[in-house]
Amino acid sequence: MTKMLQHSGYEEERLQRVAELLPCREVQAGMLLSLMGQPQQCSYPSIFIYGHRASGKSHVMQVLLKELELPHATVSCVECVSVALLFEQVLLSFFGCDAASLLPRSPSLSDFVRIYRQHCSQTPAKQTRYIVMEKAELLRDTDANLLPALLRLQELVDDNVTIILLSEIVWDKFRPNTGCFEPLLLHFPDYSKGELQQILSQDKHPSYSAEFYSSYINILLGVFYSVCRDLRELRHLAALNFSKFCEPLAEGKVKETDTHKLWRNIEPHLKKAMQTVYLREVSSLQWEQLQQMEERECGALRGLSAHTHVELPYYSKFLLIAAYLASYNPARTDKRFFLKTCFSYKINKFVVDSRVAPTASIFSQISSLVTLQLLTKVSHDDQLDAPKYKCAVSMDFICAISRTVNFEIIKYLYDFL
Amino acid sequence: MNTTTSVNGCFVFKPSAKKKKTLSLEDHFSHGCESAESSEKRFKLCQDLWDKIKSDTEVLQDDLNRKILDSLLDFTRKCSSTRQLSDWASQMRASEIPTAALVLGVNVPDHDMTFQSLSELLQQSVTPHVASVQAKECGALKHLMKRVLERLMGTDVTVDDEEEEEAEQTSTPLHKSVHCSLSTLCDWYKTKTKKSNTPGKKRSSPSRDDPQQPPVVIIFKDLEAFNPKVLQDFILICSRYIERLPLMFIFGIATSPSTIQHMLPHSVSSLLCIELFQSLSCTQHLATVIDQLILTHHFPFKLNAKVLQVLMSIFLYHDFSVRNFIKGLQLALLEHFHSQPLSVLCCKKKDALLNVMQLSHSDLERIRNLPSFKRYVEKQEPQEQVNLSKDDTHLKEVCQKLIKGLHKYHKNYYPVLRCLHTLTSSLPRYPLGKQVRELHLICLEKNVWENEDYQTAMKLLRMLAKDELVALLQRCVEILQPVKSKKMKNAFLQLTDLLTKFKQLDIAAEPPPCVEEPIISPVRNLQKKTDLFQLQKTLLEMNESRRAKKLSPFEVLRNEALEFLDNLVKSHLSPPESHTLNEVCYYTSSATVRRHLNATPRTSIQAALNSPYYYLQNDRLKTVDGSVSNSAPDICIAYKLHLECGRLINLYDWLEAYATVVSAAEGNNPDSDNYGKVEEVKHARFIRAVSELEFLGFIKSTKQKTDHVARLTWGGC
Repeated sequence: MTKMLQHSGYEEERLQRVAELLPCREVQAGMLLSLMGQPQQCSYPSIFIYGHRASGKSHVMQVLLKELELPHATVSCVECVSVALLFEQVLLSFFGCDAASLLPRSPSLSDFVRIYRQHCSQTPAKQTRYIVMEKAELLRDTDANLLPALLRLQELVDDNVTIILLSEIVWDKFRPNTGCFEPLLLHFPDYSKGELQQILSQDKHPSYSAEFYSSYINILLGVFYSVCRDLRELRHLAALNFSKFCEPLAEGKVKETDTHKLWRNIEPHLKKAMQTVYLREVSSLQWEQLQQMEERECGALRGLSAHTHVELPYYSKFLLIAAYLASYNPARTDKRFFLKTCFSYKINKFVVDSRVAPTASIFSQISSLVTLQLLTKVSHDDQLDAPKYKCAVSMDFICAISRTVNFEIIKYLYDFL
Repeated sequence: MNTTTSVNGCFVFKPSAKKKKTLSLEDHFSHGCESAESSEKRFKLCQDLWDKIKSDTEVLQDDLNRKILDSLLDFTRKCSSTRQLSDWASQMRASEIPTAALVLGVNVPDHDMTFQSLSELLQQSVTPHVASVQAKECGALKHLMKRVLERLMGTDVTVDDEEEEEAEQTSTPLHKSVHCSLSTLCDWYKTKTKKSNTPGKKRSSPSRDDPQQPPVVIIFKDLEAFNPKVLQDFILICSRYIERLPLMFIFGIATSPSTIQHMLPHSVSSLLCIELFQSLSCTQHLATVIDQLILTHHFPFKLNAKVLQVLMSIFLYHDFSVRNFIKGLQLALLEHFHSQPLSVLCCKKKDALLNVMQLSHSDLERIRNLPSFKRYVEKQEPQEQVNLSKDDTHLKEVCQKLIKGLHKYHKNYYPVLRCLHTLTSSLPRYPLGKQVRELHLICLEKNVWENEDYQTAMKLLRMLAKDELVALLQRCVEILQPVKSKKMKNAFLQLTDLLTKFKQLDIAAEPPPCVEEPIISPVRNLQKKTDLFQLQKTLLEMNESRRAKKLSPFEVLRNEALEFLDNLVKSHLSPPESHTLNEVCYYTSSATVRRHLNATPRTSIQAALNSPYYYLQNDRLKTVDGSVSNSAPDICIAYKLHLECGRLINLYDWLEAYATVVSAAEGNNPDSDNYGKVEEVKHARFIRAVSELEFLGFIKSTKQKTDHVARLTWGGC
């Protein structure tokens, strides 16, 4: 049974519908409701909610505000490449596009406050207005005054408005060093295994019984719960693998109730899914195709990380090897290793084989290696006369490269002496 | 170092009236061109050839890309169709953004063409909404958004707080409201698709699979170069709109697909449905290009071994770029027609024969001076020699004959080359190379049959088993079959003849078991004697006897076949240098190509500093023995002086030496008081020269001694 949400300001039916839509989040929803108070009451200026990915923060807010028909604006901070977008979306959802079009080209915070006040005085709030900001951690990277101002927007605009910040990061990491208004903190804990089971079981397949799907979810959680508690991801995985689970049933081998046999059938399959599709080594689409194929053919498909081989031009290989050596050997040991064969080409901290004249294409190769992220530039961009680079490839990679050109890199590495 | 070309290159063409500009291509060609009278004709030939090369490579590129592009198109279609399914599974699963990871290899210069044709194909057959972005234009998220929106919607999009857009203030308010967000794109998409649905207003684009919801494709041309943070944010934003906007990504990857995992954390990559597409490797691509452009008699223009070697090594050692290879070919083509007046004869046989008749007297003189022609003349009868050197009409007739011969040679050369390659490319350790181009290089250089590797290859061929040999010969027959030349037809007949004989061997009764006594007896002897010398002797004997032993019918036939091939090689694979008038078709100046394509900035700087005359062409700077004249630019003098110093250079000594040299240049009297005195102007000039040298990387300041600088070079480079 779902617990009843109780609040004097809202109709009973609505609250019940909300409770049904928010399984396992009744406590948090109730808490929020009591914080928000009755619609016409003045609310606390800012609330900060934090919890891990897919712990229902946005969902709870959406459902509450929509079902209870409260005036609100939802903004995702990742989307707001500029503050103008943020202001615009807020004004748009509260006062319509007239207000939004009043914003000047590069609006400042005070422009926003001015326009807000102007419209607010024309249409004063009968109910508390809510501004929900998802991924609020990105607000830290914007102008320093934006976050403190938003936290006490109620005072600034003189309106019954509440800011609700949603974040995956705790408030302690937000607090600006100049100090600010402290919002109310609310934590959404991760779903427990039982809760996950309960939530996931709700989206049962129409042509199968609820118990059957529930047992499937049970098996699924048994495999994945240790690595993944992300509801969204688990739901996705459940959808992907369900057809395989039903296979023996369709063939008539097993009855719906024979859980053990079903488990034996699906378990290795799920384990494989954990190594492939969960890590996105194999795309979901390919995974579904694979299920239709025979077991034997499955091995043919290689994951993304299986392709690590990189074909490079001959000199690029040497450049990379040289860069690797230069990056990991102390400079004073150069003499020891290259006294006879090579000379150290100090300007770029490179060791170039003495047979090769430094031509323009060698130099351009360096920059193309940088764009390929095999080298990274460590000196400042402005410093034209003495660029310094660092090699950004792994030991395995460089070993594979040197093998193709018959260069025993281990012999030249200081750490291996 | 030869400087003529660099001087030509530095020639400044004044931008004259605009009318003239259209002609400039040909003008450029004729400018400084050898033998101007035929330049027009040569320019036309050159252009025709280049156009042919260009169109051929484009067709080739399309063919090669077809497969991967087709699978990509399939992928996009599949994605856009599965999106509309409304069964339980597709409702439940998270909606991921379909993403194609396209692994293209490190030859970045070639990618542009691939993406170009890809987006064209997509626009033709799947969706009109395609936008491609490059990393360098998307430093920050808002720039990326702006580019994507602009390219999809075809309008200007305003990003706030950017100064450059001040000018747009006048635009209409409606225009201004085009904000840089994906919701704008969503609205735009909605109106766009709605419009196309209304009858009568149907768009002409044939997006037959799914006219209502064509996907919106965004191509990231160079994934590695993107800022990971920007990309992550962009994907996060896009995934919020995926329900409303059927987005799709294509990642162009140069290194390996694992880059995606390095750049994107799991929380972001789980929003994507990534499928991998591997393109053809660039070496294979080059092999086809060479096959189509170089190993064919259809192109009269040829490269000699050295030039081809230079182009190949630039490809293999430096960039892996097929486009650059073709550019190199273009350079060689241009240089050839520009510098060789006789290149009028480098065209189709029919035209060449006509052109021979129109050669001027000076051109004929040039022919007489060709080394290959001189060799030819020497071999003729004395009377004929006189005729050739005196009688122009006779020479023209002979030239026609020789041109015909050259064309015949090419016609036969390539099929035989391919035959030899099929035979040898599967031998252990590849004595004549794995690729046909390697064999081609060997053949271009000298007589291939004198090559040691050729002998080993032949030896190995003599050991082939029957079925292997027959299969190889069968392939040779297939190569020779379509060739339309008398000799090749003849060879084809002979080879088919041999093949039927091989087949008849099968049908013929098993040969009676040979009498093996001559072999057995020395073996018996062997068991008795044990010292090394005797052993060797008996083994040799055994060998002899085996050789003397009557060969089986198969072995006889095998030898016959190989003998035949050997003859074929000897008569057709002689290097081009041995053929008269080869200079007409073969471009030989590998040094020019190397200097143009693989520039050495350091050498040029050093050449400039050592002998400024090369670049400045001022007679006063001319010196005899490589020393620098006193009147050379300051930096040259400073450079020359610093060469005489050790690792650390005392600045004051250097200044003194400099002042002395400069005073001499000014013509001051060596006995006067001012001679060699450091005055302000000289001091300033010296300081400037030194800082220029520092900028060029020859010296740097050092902390070891305050009034010293350190040299960074030692010896010539």
